[in-house]
Amino acid sequence: MKSYIEPEFIVERDDQKCIRCKVCINQCTYDTHYYDPEDDVIRSRDENCVNCHRCVVFCPTKAITIKRNTTRYTENWHWTQEVITAIKKQAESGGVILTGMGCDKPHYTYWDKILLNASQVTNPSIDPLREPMELRTFLGPKPDKLELELENGDVVLKTKLSPQLCVETPILFAAMSYGAVSFNVHLALARAAAQFGTLMNTGEGGLDKRLYKYGDHIIVQVASGRFGVSLDYLNVGAAIEIKIGQGAKPGIGGHLPGEKVTVEISRTRMIPVGTDALSPAPHHDIYSIEDLHQLIYALKEATDYIKPVGVKIAAVHNSAAIASGMVRAGADFIVLDGVRGSTGAAPKVIRDNVGIPIELALASVDQRLREEGIRNKTSIIVSGGIRGSADIVKAIALGADAVYIGTAALVAIGCTLCQKCYTGKCPWGIATTDPWISKRVNPDIAARRLVNLLQAWSLEIKEMMGGMGINSIESLRGNRSQLRGVGLTDTELKILGIKMAGE
Amino acid sequence: MKPSKRLEQDSIRDDVAIINAEGMHYRDLNFLIKSNSNSVRRIDIYNVDGQRYIGTGLKSNIELHLYGTPGNDLAAFMDGPTIYVHGDAQDGVGNTMNNGKVVVYGRAGDIVGYSMRGGKIFIRDDAGYRVGIHMKEYGNQKPILVIGGTVQDFLGEYMAGGILVVLGLTLKDRETCKAKFVGTGMHGGIIYFRGQLSHTGKEVKVTEIEKDDVAVLRPIIEEFCNHFNLDVDTIPLKEFKKLIPHSTRPYGKLYAY
Ligand code: SF4
Ligand code: SF4
Repeated sequence: MKSYIEPEFIVERDDQKCIRCKVCINQCTYDTHYYDPEDDVIRSRDENCVNCHRCVVFCPTKAITIKRNTTRYTENWHWTQEVITAIKKQAESGGVILTGMGCDKPHYTYWDKILLNASQVTNPSIDPLREPMELRTFLGPKPDKLELELENGDVVLKTKLSPQLCVETPILFAAMSYGAVSFNVHLALARAAAQFGTLMNTGEGGLDKRLYKYGDHIIVQVASGRFGVSLDYLNVGAAIEIKIGQGAKPGIGGHLPGEKVTVEISRTRMIPVGTDALSPAPHHDIYSIEDLHQLIYALKEATDYIKPVGVKIAAVHNSAAIASGMVRAGADFIVLDGVRGSTGAAPKVIRDNVGIPIELALASVDQRLREEGIRNKTSIIVSGGIRGSADIVKAIALGADAVYIGTAALVAIGCTLCQKCYTGKCPWGIATTDPWISKRVNPDIAARRLVNLLQAWSLEIKEMMGGMGINSIESLRGNRSQLRGVGLTDTELKILGIKMAGE
Repeated sequence: MKPSKRLEQDSIRDDVAIINAEGMHYRDLNFLIKSNSNSVRRIDIYNVDGQRYIGTGLKSNIELHLYGTPGNDLAAFMDGPTIYVHGDAQDGVGNTMNNGKVVVYGRAGDIVGYSMRGGKIFIRDDAGYRVGIHMKEYGNQKPILVIGGTVQDFLGEYMAGGILVVLGLTLKDRETCKAKFVGTGMHGGIIYFRGQLSHTGKEVKVTEIEKDDVAVLRPIIEEFCNHFNLDVDTIPLKEFKKLIPHSTRPYGKLYAY
């Protein structure tokens, strides 16, 4: 069948600058560039280009520019280029359209409609370069009250505290499974987490034995497919996270195609080489809050109650009620992943249409747990499109204890958000299991870039906190008086629990 | 900090310990089992009454004999022990179990062997819904799950490996098993089924058993019969059918790239 799909991008090469070094040919994993010996010229197959910028960055003479194809269908706000292309693609294949990364639609970002406060005259701001600023965060249930006793002149804590996770900054690396990302990415995340004093999350694909030594800085995930879930795995992590859902694809399962299940992936997931790794949509031992309670406690039993067990859900319409159930079921921390949450592969229709913005989910969950008097019984971690320190400060002021970053961490390593992770051919060596392409991520350099990012954002968070006259992240948490909205309706302001700017 | 609570010395004789579980909270019971799982060969537990998680997360070679009815998630994430249940079991027997053996002298509830990756489970009588769901295998770990009686819907759903056997011994006069959606989404492993099935998922096909199957099936049936004192000849191998997936990639063509 002749394909009616037109190239999305056009590769332009300045022939004056091109020295025929063939770097672009070697760097492109989509076979876009080729050498034409007859004319001694490098040419490109535009239809293969995904706009990943790998060749642009690596071309020694900066000869390449990638342009969006300006040949468009007749302008139509309803029948957009994206819609028409999707229909053509499906008419040719009969399949579900896959995509990678998070929802890319313009609506749904509330962070940009929330502004932060700063101290002026009446209460002084704090200079973070001069004063100590506390970002250290403890994740896990806090007691209703503390009982202290005086013993021989010393104050002794009588209350038994629940296991806590301690992170030096309220930024954790989000669940990205080995298989969705390459080993070097996992290694870099683990090293960066260990170096900075935070945590990475294995995602649902198990943990390679070579990373067990970073266990104190790793949250191990248990998902419906139970891939790689063994006693050793559960015991090695600092915490366990039960994955119910993820923001990019709420309500549906995961699916690592057989061709990505290489020898190493097979070892970690504990399934045979080349078989599909299908994660069912639900955990088949969880059909209710009571069942969730049962799995949480099965995991606590299996690991002797020495580490927190959390639960991750996608942010959906009734998140607040579900979250209340999760806390009552014994979740030591809960993770809310918003509509912008990323993925290695998801049906595009689900990614772009299912779930709710994390800002609204967070505000309503925090509010609900406060109203029920159980907010202290859990910690809230939010994720789904956190782009920078301002998003983090706003999230914490809205009620989060910490955030997970996934996409941002990958961008630090090299990702350009081409959204083609599902092909397994990530030219940046990130979303691939191909041993040759994976080598493009140098774990030392990647870890350094990640640590730099954590450091930069942590400094910015301190600056913003200082400006508000706050010297400890504890005092920022749930401190919605530091937030104001612009361009929001009364209902939106009410759900966010913040005032309009000027009020 | 690993838990540790010694058993009372007078409860141990010849390497076999005895626990009276009457009125005991599961946490205390399991704590006691776990703390002693490497110091005695066997523990007999009496008056088991719904305590959950017995054997959960237990890594040892101990033998447990349970008298009564253990609660849900018996032997979850278990790695090595052998558990005999002298009574019925409830839901989630062998959930994500890695290795070991569970023998139930009675019936079991739902999701027996969910996601189990190794070891063996023998249930003498019936079991509930979603039995053997997402069973898998890896390397030389090939889980074996045998149900002596009949089962409910979704048997072997999403099954990715291992061997699941249903003997139908509790069905009268060659009655047809009523389970629906047997093997839905199955993409690995084998289900051996004795008698008639009323409904199977579209991802599986039913075939006759062959020579290779006999070699696999015979020792499993023998082991089952040994445990429950049954005569092997009452379960002739020729009465079995085999369910296998059409493809190891049932959803390979679902997507447009
Ligand atoms: S990388 Fe740049 S200079 Fe080298 S062949 Fe490609 S376009 Fe030419
Ligand atoms: S991880 Fe790779 S494939 Fe995925 S969006 Fe980033 S650059 Fe593209």
